[in-house]
Amino acid sequence: METKSIMIVGVGGQGTLLTSRILGGVITSAGYDVKLSEVHGMAQRGGSVVTFVRYGEKVYEPIVEEGCADVLIAFERLEALRYAHFLKKDGVLIVNDQRIDPMTVVTGAAEYPENILEDLSKKYKVMSVDAMAEAKKLGNAKVFNTIIVGIAAKHMDFAKEDWINVIEKTVPQKTIDINKAAFEAGYAL
Amino acid sequence: MEKKIMLGNEAIARGAYEAGVKVSSAYPGTPSTEISENIVKYPEIYAEWSPNEKVAMEVAIGASMSGVRAIASMKMVGVNVAADPLFTVSYIGVNGGLVLVAADDPGLYSSQNEQDSRCVARVAQIPVLEPADSAEAKEYTKAAFEISEKYDCPVMIRTTTRLAHSQGVVELNDRVEIEDKVYERNIRKNVMMPANAKLRHVVVEKRLKDLAEDACTMPINTVEMKDTKIGVITSGIPYQYVKEALPNASVLKLGLVHPLPKKLIEEFASKVDTLYVVEELEPLIEEQVKSWGIKCHGKDILTLQGEYSANMLRKAILNEEVKTEEPAQVPARPPILCPGCPHRSTFTVLKELNLHAAGDIGCYTLGAVAPLNVIDTTVCMGSSISTLHGMEKAKGKEYIKDWVAVIGDSTFLHTGINSLLNMVYNKSTGTVIIVDNSTTGMTGHQDHAATGKTLKGEATYAVDLIDLCHALGVEYVTVVNAFDTETLKKTVKEEVARDAVSVIISQAPCALLKTNVSHKKCVAIPDKCKKCGICLKPGCPAITKKADGTIAIDDTMCNGCGLCASRCKFGAIETVEV
Repeated sequence: METKSIMIVGVGGQGTLLTSRILGGVITSAGYDVKLSEVHGMAQRGGSVVTFVRYGEKVYEPIVEEGCADVLIAFERLEALRYAHFLKKDGVLIVNDQRIDPMTVVTGAAEYPENILEDLSKKYKVMSVDAMAEAKKLGNAKVFNTIIVGIAAKHMDFAKEDWINVIEKTVPQKTIDINKAAFEAGYAL
Repeated sequence: MEKKIMLGNEAIARGAYEAGVKVSSAYPGTPSTEISENIVKYPEIYAEWSPNEKVAMEVAIGASMSGVRAIASMKMVGVNVAADPLFTVSYIGVNGGLVLVAADDPGLYSSQNEQDSRCVARVAQIPVLEPADSAEAKEYTKAAFEISEKYDCPVMIRTTTRLAHSQGVVELNDRVEIEDKVYERNIRKNVMMPANAKLRHVVVEKRLKDLAEDACTMPINTVEMKDTKIGVITSGIPYQYVKEALPNASVLKLGLVHPLPKKLIEEFASKVDTLYVVEELEPLIEEQVKSWGIKCHGKDILTLQGEYSANMLRKAILNEEVKTEEPAQVPARPPILCPGCPHRSTFTVLKELNLHAAGDIGCYTLGAVAPLNVIDTTVCMGSSISTLHGMEKAKGKEYIKDWVAVIGDSTFLHTGINSLLNMVYNKSTGTVIIVDNSTTGMTGHQDHAATGKTLKGEATYAVDLIDLCHALGVEYVTVVNAFDTETLKKTVKEEVARDAVSVIISQAPCALLKTNVSHKKCVAIPDKCKKCGICLKPGCPAITKKADGTIAIDDTMCNGCGLCASRCKFGAIETVEV
């Protein structure tokens, strides 16, 4: 099997690391070699963050290079646009339809681009969702990232049960039920 | 055998556990922090946060002298702080194995420089191991203790951000309990005064020579002979890029990057047509290889800055340009202070008073950038106070009347205390603001000597910052709630005007601390909004300007700190209980 490359991008503090931990768990339970590369430290403070995930028979390079990602999971629209060129031609782009203004936009030094999703749809296969709204429907805005995991799961080759098993092992004990519900909601979208 | 996916740092912690380590000491610093955070999960190991890296190194040295295996871990700039004990323990050697983990940051993800710790180790004359993935991180940690005890020397494990913060599959082994070595008084070895150190220097030089000789047959250095047109000498994370970009090339992978195995390298070089050295940052390997008269390519085709990648090697070595889509032109998203961050409140006051700040290392370094633009200088841990003092001595007390020093609580305890002592001792004037958020924030909430908790989570004595400043001789110490902007402003005005050293402790816990749960939210009232934009000035990411000029507050981001409400003169923002 050829090595698969996945990227998870977003804004520091959005919880992308939890998503990569779940993804890493699912890949490992399927018996693949895997490498995940994360961002910790200062860049996590509201900056643009990216996690690289590569898996297959034997993985060397821990990062995904431009034009090589099979799936790009973006937690925010502008970040989807920033990293879209990392996708392969037939790559899948999953976008949380949320706008978080970077400080450059807040201070007026730059403008937040319009029509991001429409423009990206012309080039890539785009699945977008307002995960925050979906999470609020479930009564807990914090689980929006697990909704995104549910959507991503539909576009990857692992059994649904494996995802649920890993979620049970990864999230805090008292949030297992709400996270499972969020995964199911994402999976059904 | 159980397999687990682990961060590089987690794997180093596991390696220390399996190697029978009994003592671990560290000061948090990206990308090294998770080593200690994982070691502490093993009850067999005593683990602590020391106040700084010099202390951490010395704690590990003491443990080693007493006969047990000990590990100290730190980021690369921390190695500079620990350089004093490190350079001399190189002469002393070890009793129980002694390992230093130095975490470099090529690409500057969270650091103030891009230094290469391998060079420090070379000057300190200690061996360096460089793992290339999580599995090796664990195995090399164990190997480092073997080498340390066999050659009677401290050993450095050099990691980089890409290794430390990448996860990979690791096979777990059991812990091997190592019997404590007997302690014997030996002042010729353990007391480094000139007569003894002279003799130990001879031992150090011989030790390096022996290591270099033995390195030619050490299994940690491996040769993968394939096509001989291209030969690559590499180590650490760059090895992965080499394997990805040049799968058919012959590779000499060095696990021990200092000292180098000359014969092994000469032999390898003689078998390949063109030799490349692929190493991030400094040309440490390349320059030595060239000094032996061996022709090779390295920094003539590869950069001295930042991280490498497989595509970079394809281009530099194979002349293959990988065509990709142009990246979209999008606004940058640099890191910012979090919603509800007490530093934002302190900086807003300093900005409104038009003050300059000598800054320091922490989240609050972000006070240097728009829209706050308060911090003028940042050098290293503890430097804010001493640089302010230097300005005062150079230009006089009037010159710094519109300056303050800003330093975090953890940074103050790290190396700020000495600087404040110096200000008082040398009759300085000036105001130091300790932005006390009750934690080591940027590295992800580690306890320190003023939090009342140890790394193990046990309750302990919490040093009182007020008493500490008084003890150093500072007469004027004021504590202010960081969000009480009126009082803070009044206090800063008074203290900056004073012809004495003064300290203001601007206090409020980090907004992300788990113990700091807010039950408030700020709510915009559009009818009252005059669209003046003053609430946007502190730069809170939860507030945005709508198309009609009024503002919106994102209720999922806002934590109700009330700073924006305190700026609004029209009552257009209310803080409500939720």
